[in-house]
Amino acid sequence: MKSSEQGAVKSGRPETIKAVPVRHPGRWAGAVVIVVLAAMLLHALIFNPAFQWDVVRDTLTNEQIIHGIWVTLELTALSMLMGVVGGVLLAIMRLSPNPLLSGTAWFYIWIFRGTPVLVQLVFWNFLGALWPNLSIGIPFGPEFWSESTNTLIPTFTAALLGLGLNEAAYMAEIVRGGIQSVDEGQTEAAHALGMSRAATLRRIVLPQAMRVIIPPTGNETISMLKTTSLVQVISLAELFTAGHDIYSRTFQTIPVLVAVSIYYLLMTSILTVGQYYIERHYARGANRTLPPTPIQRVRLLFGGRPTPKAKNDVVPGLEGGGHA
Amino acid sequence: MTDLSKTPADAPGSGPMVKSEGVRKSYGLVEVLKGIDLEVKQSEVFCLVGPSGSGKSTFLRCINHLEKINGGRLWVDGEMVGYRQRGDKLYELKDREVALKRRDIGMVFQRFNLFPHMTAVENVMEAPVQVKRESRAEARERSMALLERVGLSDKSGNYPSQLSGGQQQRVAIARALAMKPKLMLFDEPTSALDPELVGEVLDVMRGLAEEGMTMIVVTHEMGFAREVGDALVFMDGGVVVESGNPREVLSNPQHERTRAFLSKVL
Ligand SMILES: Nc1ncnc2c1ncn2[C@@H]1O[C@H](COP(=O)(O)OP(=O)(O)OP(=O)(O)O)[C@@H](O)[C@H]1O
Ligand SMILES: [Mg+2]
Repeated sequence: MKSSEQGAVKSGRPETIKAVPVRHPGRWAGAVVIVVLAAMLLHALIFNPAFQWDVVRDTLTNEQIIHGIWVTLELTALSMLMGVVGGVLLAIMRLSPNPLLSGTAWFYIWIFRGTPVLVQLVFWNFLGALWPNLSIGIPFGPEFWSESTNTLIPTFTAALLGLGLNEAAYMAEIVRGGIQSVDEGQTEAAHALGMSRAATLRRIVLPQAMRVIIPPTGNETISMLKTTSLVQVISLAELFTAGHDIYSRTFQTIPVLVAVSIYYLLMTSILTVGQYYIERHYARGANRTLPPTPIQRVRLLFGGRPTPKAKNDVVPGLEGGGHA
Repeated sequence: MTDLSKTPADAPGSGPMVKSEGVRKSYGLVEVLKGIDLEVKQSEVFCLVGPSGSGKSTFLRCINHLEKINGGRLWVDGEMVGYRQRGDKLYELKDREVALKRRDIGMVFQRFNLFPHMTAVENVMEAPVQVKRESRAEARERSMALLERVGLSDKSGNYPSQLSGGQQQRVAIARALAMKPKLMLFDEPTSALDPELVGEVLDVMRGLAEEGMTMIVVTHEMGFAREVGDALVFMDGGVVVESGNPREVLSNPQHERTRAFLSKVL
């Protein structure tokens, strides 16, 4: 014993601790209960003939459904793109010292957040009924170019306008909250260095605001994925509309909806994982150590040893440095 | 038409670095600066002391136009801050012109204000790359040299959250120096630091002073003012109460208010 102590002193640092980690018997018991309950639920689902699992299986591979998935994904991605880009622009306008810009943004958000998205979808789809032709020309003067509204705005575009423009209003508030969460000292320091308003926003404020903006944006994306099903009112053949078409013909409503839900669940799960890693990326510099990945978390839950730290998670030291 | 905002006697590099004539600043109805007259010479270490709320930070922020003045005139190196004078009319400068002038004035804050999403070296090279359009390689090389100068070459890859307060403030000084300023403003650079970390920051500032940098320093470190300062101004309630050589003012204050303040901080 004595010699081991001396050994530790000689090598200049105490021995690394090798202790038995705390056991969590309660967690194991809880896990067993949950597994049994889950098995009972699964049993009830699988062996209930009303679910018609063979129909579910066939629906999963139905061509119309597969095509619907693509439309849903496309619509989600493009509407969110419109939402994020529009939201950032609106937020910047809203925070601008120019009252014309901030007033315009305020009005936009007021209109698009204040009316149901369902109404907006129908509105864009029936724009042709209000203005049969859209044209470019001198305001109140001659027209140079004109086209029928229904040709210009096919159903997909109407769906995109309805979802994207609405989303921009929500994203604007999220981005504004993010920008305002950044300490004013940051803007001041950037301005003092001679950086322009635009460069300060792009290089200093927005990257920091991201930490606050990303989580709700992830929620918005997941929500959007499901909100796209509303375009059924304008008969755009996305995932839900495809399912709707099928069960209106076959009357196998529940199995078809189960199949459709399985796909929604699958897609939202993938988005959740993506969101997690994006959040991790923007946590850079904000936390001294990055949060563990989900796999590391599961291991920790059962009392495993902590996983090694990432390479750049330098533990801060007051030593070193030295004077100038 | 002649540009009168440049007075001939004060061509850049010859006259005083900062000249303030009757500078006034109000927030709403509250007048925070009530006519500040002072002159900071080239290569001078100019100390600004006074009780909390006396307007020291506000005056400093007026010098690089983070705040707009409401009255009086303010020149930096012979050029009017924030305005251009033609005839007897003043014209506000555009944002771009203001930014151009700020390049030459470095500022160090009480709470460091480092960019937390960038490493130490990225903090230092940000402005040279974004503002002066230096190449990243060149900026990085110069930034490493600056970090070495403040004794932090081994911490260049650390994020601010991984640095001690003293180290963060030294990075902040390097960041300001990266723009090659002709004037440095320090707003209580050591007030947020633990006592044992104050020395390392003051050492860096002392080095700068020896190299002839013009510095305006708001500080409660009277030892530093006495040792390094060339001039000292005592402010209270938005006016200059007393000014002169730091050693004289600190050891033999003429005004009651100065005496009362010094008895508290010394
Ligand atoms: N943005 C602002 N709006 C309104 N009042 C302000 C603002 N900034 C400063 N003030 C007021 O102006 C006065 C002077 O503030 P200033 O920060 O210049 O004081 P200071 O001398 O730097 O004090 P300290 O030593 O506490 O830093 C204070 O009374 C403060 O409340
Ligand atoms: Mg202050």
